Amino acid sequence: MEIPYTISTRPDTGLWNAKIGIWLFLASEVMLFGGLFSAYIFLRIDAAPGTWPHGLLNVPVGTMNTAILIMSSVTVVLAWAALKMRRYRAYWWYMLVTILCGVIFLTVKLAYEWPQKFEHFGAYIKPEALWKYEKYLGNQRRAEKGLEPRIEITGHLHSENAKEYEVALDPVNAEPDSPAMDRPHFFPLPVTDKIATIEKEDVERATMFLPTHSAYFASYFTITGLHGLHVLGGVLVFTYMWLPVSKKLYQRNPEHLANRVEVSGLFWHFVDLIWIFVFPLFYLL
Amino acid sequence: MNNPPDISQDPKEYEEYAHGVHQHVMRYVMVGITLLVFTGITVALSYVDFGARKANVAVAMLVATLKAGLVAAIFMHLAAEKRLIYRILIFTGFFVLGLFWLIFLAWYDYPIFR
Repeated sequence: MEIPYTISTRPDTGLWNAKIGIWLFLASEVMLFGGLFSAYIFLRIDAAPGTWPHGLLNVPVGTMNTAILIMSSVTVVLAWAALKMRRYRAYWWYMLVTILCGVIFLTVKLAYEWPQKFEHFGAYIKPEALWKYEKYLGNQRRAEKGLEPRIEITGHLHSENAKEYEVALDPVNAEPDSPAMDRPHFFPLPVTDKIATIEKEDVERATMFLPTHSAYFASYFTITGLHGLHVLGGVLVFTYMWLPVSKKLYQRNPEHLANRVEVSGLFWHFVDLIWIFVFPLFYLL
Repeated sequence: MNNPPDISQDPKEYEEYAHGVHQHVMRYVMVGITLLVFTGITVALSYVDFGARKANVAVAMLVATLKAGLVAAIFMHLAAEKRLIYRILIFTGFFVLGLFWLIFLAWYDYPIFR
């Protein structure tokens, strides 16, 4: 039995069926991401002073990934327009670029950004012990300037024994009183060679930058992880439409392939749209 | 009009059609460039001190909403779609606001979270 209305429009809706299907699916996606974004909003509103981190992510890399995703959104509409003009060769190239953009995005995320976080260490200091680490936190000056207190010491975990952590400090803890450390930097500053010793009994909790670290990283990994799964799904679908098997469909019925590219393109733009909000919320603000 | 019409077999008509599609393509490229520029603006504005962090969040969300609007209107063809799609989206908007509202109520009722 042939599936009806894959190309021709249904008289009562004025649409071919897959288009309604993809929009219903995107509606469910809005609910999925909407729940996660509202969780982010309320976690952030509730965060006690100093517990919501800023400037921990690599902004130039995030900006590059944003640009890559936007460019892939352009190439996928160009691929679709090429099919509409029956230029299969051009379609093939635009699709290839789109797939590569998706692969680069995922590679940067999974092979660079995430692992870098997994190697980074942070220790939240107990409120009563904060004074002991004033030289790494600079809270006296921050209180005078009306800034949020620092309650965490971050860097690379150098060594650890039963009683203490030795941490190669991030610049923000190495020079806590420098005005340059009041705001996040565009280019991330490398870890210094200044070592701090933190006693374990002064530490409220200490982890690598994993979801357990904070509400911030929990929502970061959840939302970017789910978004990454969507990118992966898009790449798989596009690859199928780029392989020779889809050329057979093109030769049989080019408009059918064009419609398939259009609906998968709608999904891809949605994934891009989610990222447009994820990027400023986690990287910049 | 956002969707190029269906293709014609007649060479002369095809030429006109291809020209029409080409204009669409130009528009897609322009929108892409605009989005890239706005991405740069978002990054730059995040390093400007608007007085309070809340103000920075508001500005960044405003730019992001503009960008998302462009993607939805042009790339996703929402500037000119069939009525049924708009209806689906109105329902979606209603339910997603309801979702936010329920979470807000839970947050409001339980000061333990605050």
